[in-house]
Amino acid sequence: MIKHLRMNMSSSQAAGTLLTGAEIVVRSLAEEGVEFVFGYPGGAVLNIYDEIFKQDRFKHVLVRHEQAAVHAADAYSRSSRKVGVCLVTSGPGVTNAVTGIATAYMDSIPLVIITGQVPTHAIGQDAFQECDTVGITRPCVKHNFLVKDVRDLAATIRKAFYIASTGRPGPVLVDIPKDVTANKCAFEYPREVHMRSYQPQGKGHSGQIKKAIQLLLDAKRPMVYTGGGVILNDAASELTRLVRRLGYPCTNTLMGLGGVPGTDPQFLGMPGMHGTYEANMAMQECDVLIAIGARFDDRVIGNPQHFYREGRKIIHIDIDPSSISKRVRVDVPIVGYVKDVLAEMNALIEASGREPDAAALKAWWAQIKKWQAKECLKYRNSDEVIKPQYVVQKLYEVTGGDAFITSDVGQHQMWAAQYYKFDKPRRWINSGGLGTMGVGLPYAMGVQLAHPEATVACITGEASIQMCIQELSTCKQYHIPVKIVNLNNRYLGMVRQWQEFFYGNRHAESYMDALPDFVKLAEAYGHHGIRIDRPGDVEGALREAFKQKEKLFFLDFITDQTENVFPMVPGGKGLTEMILAEEL
Amino acid sequence: MRHILSVLLENEPGALSRVVGLFSARGYNIDSLTVSTTEDASMSRMTIVTHGNDDVIEQITKQLNKLIEVVKVVDLTDGNHIERELMLVKVRAAGKDREEMKRMADIFRGRILDVTDKSYTIELTGDGSKLDAFLAAIEPSFILETVRTGTSGIGRGERILKI
Repeated sequence: MIKHLRMNMSSSQAAGTLLTGAEIVVRSLAEEGVEFVFGYPGGAVLNIYDEIFKQDRFKHVLVRHEQAAVHAADAYSRSSRKVGVCLVTSGPGVTNAVTGIATAYMDSIPLVIITGQVPTHAIGQDAFQECDTVGITRPCVKHNFLVKDVRDLAATIRKAFYIASTGRPGPVLVDIPKDVTANKCAFEYPREVHMRSYQPQGKGHSGQIKKAIQLLLDAKRPMVYTGGGVILNDAASELTRLVRRLGYPCTNTLMGLGGVPGTDPQFLGMPGMHGTYEANMAMQECDVLIAIGARFDDRVIGNPQHFYREGRKIIHIDIDPSSISKRVRVDVPIVGYVKDVLAEMNALIEASGREPDAAALKAWWAQIKKWQAKECLKYRNSDEVIKPQYVVQKLYEVTGGDAFITSDVGQHQMWAAQYYKFDKPRRWINSGGLGTMGVGLPYAMGVQLAHPEATVACITGEASIQMCIQELSTCKQYHIPVKIVNLNNRYLGMVRQWQEFFYGNRHAESYMDALPDFVKLAEAYGHHGIRIDRPGDVEGALREAFKQKEKLFFLDFITDQTENVFPMVPGGKGLTEMILAEEL
Repeated sequence: MRHILSVLLENEPGALSRVVGLFSARGYNIDSLTVSTTEDASMSRMTIVTHGNDDVIEQITKQLNKLIEVVKVVDLTDGNHIERELMLVKVRAAGKDREEMKRMADIFRGRILDVTDKSYTIELTGDGSKLDAFLAAIEPSFILETVRTGTSGIGRGERILKI
């Protein structure tokens, strides 16, 4: 493939001017319509940075640590549906970026990561800042390339964008040795990509789709379960239409929130380890389950043996065949883009004029209402101490439910997912698969740059926020006015919760001692901070911060140290074996 | 269950690592693996012998197909196929044992490739069980060294794996 392109280029550009590899990188990114490159310079990428300096087609955002470059590009992509781009140097630049790459890979986020490499003649010589980038990143990218010849560079970058954004999306890395960025060749950006070894299957099998519709319409106790695939493939409106047309209950996973509106009466909340009682019970007790762009992962269905139910039929729509029947056997697999498959299903159902079994559906909803009556997300509020759930609820009110919310990983992430209702897709940005602490602030940066006018809040904890706290400096440099909502309970809360439940309440290394004064820290970076330790001050502080649209606020909420996330399905248990707040 | 997977993939540097990395990362078994270029120099063909239940083999096939450089994957054990493995075995063959070793090689249709006054180096081809049988038929102390290629396979008749 590359060889063919090379021949085409040399014939059409025989008399053209020659560009250096660095110029080709910059021109190629411009051709792809890239708006932002998140990166950090270093020896191996100096030629590329010099070309970035000379151009004005895209902006470069200088982060303070390469991990944050990848996270910011990742969130830029999640919130905007464009491919995120980052640029780091060889060796430590790459190894610092690996956490970000693995995070994006687990959540199928389309990224192109350009990495510098030592010159080709030095590869394998243990050169300064050399590492085997392609080898190190191989297990956590959709694909990666080492470009050894400048004549392959443009075609490789084109391929990288193509691979990243088609099929099941994912990060693609292009490793470019320094001499390749200096060598020259003619440049023509290829218009089309054809790869005999990569042809994602986009259209669902129509026979299977008909079978699925038959099963769905015949269901007595149907359940719709959707994941990140619906968000990534922009299928929320098709999904909402299907769910409303059929009148079926629906749950969205942590990655799928916003797939149907969070305030929709047919939405049962999130399923899984910290999902709602009603969503988990309906997942388990339904007779037909349709899974859409979801992958039955361990945090969603718990123990697969327990999840199995005799007689329950499962339909599974996914772009990735390897997601189907990986953890749970399915009856009707449909491989294809969920957006197209759902559109076809909607059209067929509407054309058929057939309706679901109304009597059965009524009985099923009556059952669901009984489960909902447990009010599993109810918590005891307090006048003395700030409950973290209360802060999220107030945040929802103050932002009118219309903010972009990023989170880090832990208890605060679950409370954010449980108590902030996402009515739109791509508003909830978090690390679901890898569970990477530290993503929250760089995620908020990426989102804010993609949506300069939007309200962006980062719900975090005092432990997570310290993992990428240096990015407060980036926020200052680029005037990124995100609002940091720190649920500060002085503990690694989720670790403390597990220790309380499963380790005899021995808090091994889960107490966050020697915390900084976050208000002063924010101020040291040139931002604003408020410390809030009384429930009565929560709303006022939020209003104050969100009123000042152009300023970054660090809101340090001193919250209840003993609060736990409920419901909870303990690891390895079945979905119906939930611990509810009231049972303790 | 034992399966033989034939994989056509781009003849690119690193493609082999992706396949091997996939097996180790996901905990699949590789019993043997052979790889070389095909008549089309841009393409390699790999034969992987693995074992696992149907679900595991289905996942292995899907995961292999997901690799960007993999063009086609076929489970040869799904249909009629031929499999062969090459073994070179150096055996002690001194004095009265020389005749016996020659006879064993003949019985298994082996060829003696190299001779010293104390040893024979025998070439044997066949499916894995035939090679195992040869080794089992010889007193272990007579076996000085063995090297096996791992299984290669091809479909019978009109069954062709090509792009």
